[in-house]
Amino acid sequence: MNQLLGFVKKEFTHIFRDSRTMIILFGIPIIQLMLFGYVITTEIKDARIAILDHSNDNVTRELTNKILSSGYFRLEDNLQNEHQIDPIFKKGDVKQVIVYEKDFAQKLEREGKANIQVIADASDPNTAQMLYNYTNGIVQDYTKKKYAGFAIPVQIKSEVRMLYNENMVGAFMYVPGTMALILMLISAMMTSITIAREKEMGTMEILLVSPLKASHIILGKVAPYLLLSIIDAVVVVLLGNMVFGVPIRGSIVVLAFLVVLYITMALSLGILISTVANSQQVALFISGFALMLPTMLLSGFIFPIENMPVPLQILSNLMPPRWFIDALKQVMLKGNGLEYIWPNILILCTMTVFFLALSIKKFRFRLE
Amino acid sequence: MRTILYLLQKEFIQVFRNKAMLPIIFIMPLVQMLILVYAATMELKKVDLTVVDLDLSETTTRLTAKFEASSFFHLTRAQLSSSETDQMLLKGKSDLVVTFPQGFEKDLKRNNEATVQILVDAINGSAAELSNAYLQTVIGSFNQKIRAEMMGVPKFTPPQQVSVIPSYWYNPELNFKFYMAPGILVILVTIIGLFLSSLNLVREKEMGTIEQLNVTPIKKYHFIIGKMMPFLFIALLDLTFGLLVAKIFFGLPFRGNILTLYVFTSLYLFLVMSIGLFVSAISDTQQQVLFVSFFFLIVFIIMSGLFTPVESMPVWAQNLDKINPLYYLIRIIRNVVLKGSGLLDMTRELISITFYGLAMFSLAVWRYRKTV
Amino acid sequence: MKETKAATGPIIQVKELVKQFGAFTAVDHITFEVQKGEIFGFLGANGAGKTTAIRMLCGLLEPTSGALQVAGYDGYHQREAIKRNIGYMSQKFSLYEDLTVYENFRLYGGIYDIPRKERIRKTDELLKKLHLEESRDKLVGGLPLGWKQKLAFSLALFHQPAVVFLDEPSGGVDPLTRRTFWDLIYEAAHHGITIFVTTHYMDEAEYCNRVAIMSEGKIVALDTPAALKAKYQTESMDGVFLKIARNKE
Repeated sequence: MNQLLGFVKKEFTHIFRDSRTMIILFGIPIIQLMLFGYVITTEIKDARIAILDHSNDNVTRELTNKILSSGYFRLEDNLQNEHQIDPIFKKGDVKQVIVYEKDFAQKLEREGKANIQVIADASDPNTAQMLYNYTNGIVQDYTKKKYAGFAIPVQIKSEVRMLYNENMVGAFMYVPGTMALILMLISAMMTSITIAREKEMGTMEILLVSPLKASHIILGKVAPYLLLSIIDAVVVVLLGNMVFGVPIRGSIVVLAFLVVLYITMALSLGILISTVANSQQVALFISGFALMLPTMLLSGFIFPIENMPVPLQILSNLMPPRWFIDALKQVMLKGNGLEYIWPNILILCTMTVFFLALSIKKFRFRLE
Repeated sequence: MRTILYLLQKEFIQVFRNKAMLPIIFIMPLVQMLILVYAATMELKKVDLTVVDLDLSETTTRLTAKFEASSFFHLTRAQLSSSETDQMLLKGKSDLVVTFPQGFEKDLKRNNEATVQILVDAINGSAAELSNAYLQTVIGSFNQKIRAEMMGVPKFTPPQQVSVIPSYWYNPELNFKFYMAPGILVILVTIIGLFLSSLNLVREKEMGTIEQLNVTPIKKYHFIIGKMMPFLFIALLDLTFGLLVAKIFFGLPFRGNILTLYVFTSLYLFLVMSIGLFVSAISDTQQQVLFVSFFFLIVFIIMSGLFTPVESMPVWAQNLDKINPLYYLIRIIRNVVLKGSGLLDMTRELISITFYGLAMFSLAVWRYRKTV
Repeated sequence: MKETKAATGPIIQVKELVKQFGAFTAVDHITFEVQKGEIFGFLGANGAGKTTAIRMLCGLLEPTSGALQVAGYDGYHQREAIKRNIGYMSQKFSLYEDLTVYENFRLYGGIYDIPRKERIRKTDELLKKLHLEESRDKLVGGLPLGWKQKLAFSLALFHQPAVVFLDEPSGGVDPLTRRTFWDLIYEAAHHGITIFVTTHYMDEAEYCNRVAIMSEGKIVALDTPAALKAKYQTESMDGVFLKIARNKE
């Protein structure tokens, strides 16, 4: 037991001595949260547009003014003809061109109808659609006020309540996701690389012939990352709570249990990877490609799982972060307890046991 | 100059001899491409809507039918108490719950007004907003309809109407995959280029083989270029495969000049690898390189405009993006592939990444020390 | 033999050379000269400063102060020129294990600009001499340690440098292999190549023309093995070393 303690201590000093590693281990979650909180937004603001006004009359000028003063748009250029549209899109700054037809005001007056064509750069389809909706809304609002002159009586009213996230804060989505990502990064990736490093440098053999048991060696390698992960998880939760107001509505004990379970799962996954990988590069690419990107994209972190094609929805069931993120949201945001998240816990437990069993099997096989 | 050929020969042999890495280099990116592009979709396909109709009148039935008719909602009718509806939401069985209170129709007829209660699970804010907006559109048009029926004529239509006709260029079907595929390809190419080259250099430090090179009269920039070329080549190969996969599986159009894309991507890789090699020049172990690279990669990806438009970001973030290599290539590749932009359309980007690349390359060569 | 600036006179000149790492002085004012064609031994316990010294001589480390010339080039400003005229074999085996024997020779031949034909001829010649013809296309990583070291030594000599630096070249091999390794060293010296070798095996010191004994960064003795044995009145270099260590106490 003393040997084990000594070994664990050595591993700790190794990691904590490297200030670069420490800065990054704690810098990543903080900066990532800040970026998600302050930078990532799908809201449109100051989108650059160009106007092609074939009519240039009072109405079109007034409409243009309305559009530009909405705050959504910023005028980049006034175009003279249709041929200028493609080149300006190709430069990539202008997202939408608004084209007024000839004799716009006259037509509107005499025929009661006039057309505006909105040409959108749909290489970004979401933005294109949103910009069109905004433009259309502004135009319709303008014509209603100008010509209809009366407010429409509303008959069926809706009383909408946005539950669990009254102010629609994006951080409610990103805090659980970031947690899943960071813990995966530290626990699975770093562990697998540390162990692969010992193998690559040939020092694993030395450790294996030492009186330390193999399981103790692994434990010693894993312990520092377990601690670091827990600290990071606390940092993420506190930061989310204090800076972005993400609540912890459920029980702290359940939350802590869930986090430790997930970390254990990630650590065993890291150990499994290291039994397969003989070099740090292989370990990195397996964990990088096979863990990081799916953690971000197949877990419901950024893209909701319900929207994916069915095969991917099935595949996402195999992604441990999916179950973690889901349970985390339930506990933190909805205040659910074990009676709701037990299936997630069961699945994560099963995965952990599976990964551990597989690595022990692989490990034995290697020694024989 | 011949020296560099020998160095390149050595690097290529080593890369292709590493059997464990080959599948990772060539197959993983393609698999990732296939899975991730399908996964990365913002379109809401199916929203679980529960209708609790406590009125069971003609009006509520008709409105419920309207909800059901929309392909957007997956509708369940249920008679639930309010605690039961809470459960539906807590368990995540329903995203939206619409409740018609008792006496809904009576209210409508007597007071010309009735209120429907809508509960939205708003943890995913943007999805919640979108589905609520959709619900409101359905209710709005239903409003107009019953109003017309009750009043007889559509009086509320203003005499003058402006129709705003959208036309979506370059992607008329608003296919989100066309948007994501090039972006994800950039990430994959970056990971391959950045990590392979920087880990390779620092690995020589770890293994001690670099010492043998450092006592030779080898030129520093020869060495750095030797570390770049094989991975530039591999990354471009991966780009080619990725584009083919995107073409075959997603029907991604390729409007631009393929050569333009290769020129831009090569310049970009030169830049990214220079940054990577700079990091490995100042590090001693692969782990350190990894930490630093991962840190920046995550920040760069989040800020690159891969998921959300750069234009929506705060101004300071947009300014910061000027030093984000990914921002440039993601913008460039979407412009070239989808719109057919050429080198001249993007001279600003061209100049930026070229000079940025040269600066980082000089920094890497300068910081790589042949001394211990 | 390549032209060097100092065709006559000492090939290595070191005067008051110092290397400090922070507050720690690894090499403390050492002064010596090595003549052309000499086998010069650098002795000392682990941590005595041998490796630091040899790294400065090879241009891998910049000295803190003092004068240093190798093959007529200055150790501060002409390190790249020094590198063209020296060979080096590090303590840790540092050939590419994932390249074959032949590929390693090809790479280093290329780096030193040896013409292709000459390189191929010399590679074949060397492999024959080392009885490694059959391993020509085997990966270096799979060879026994003794073979690897002979290979590393041959590679350090491949471009016919004026001086070869060997940093504890025979660590971890059996005495017989060590013996054959020293045969190679003699042969090189016979061809006029200067050998600078560090070791902590005292028996190896006997093979050198002259030895310097280092302790705590300083040179505490420098002479031929015979003269040193006479001075300290013992039969072996081991005895010399022990007496020096005792004197210090």
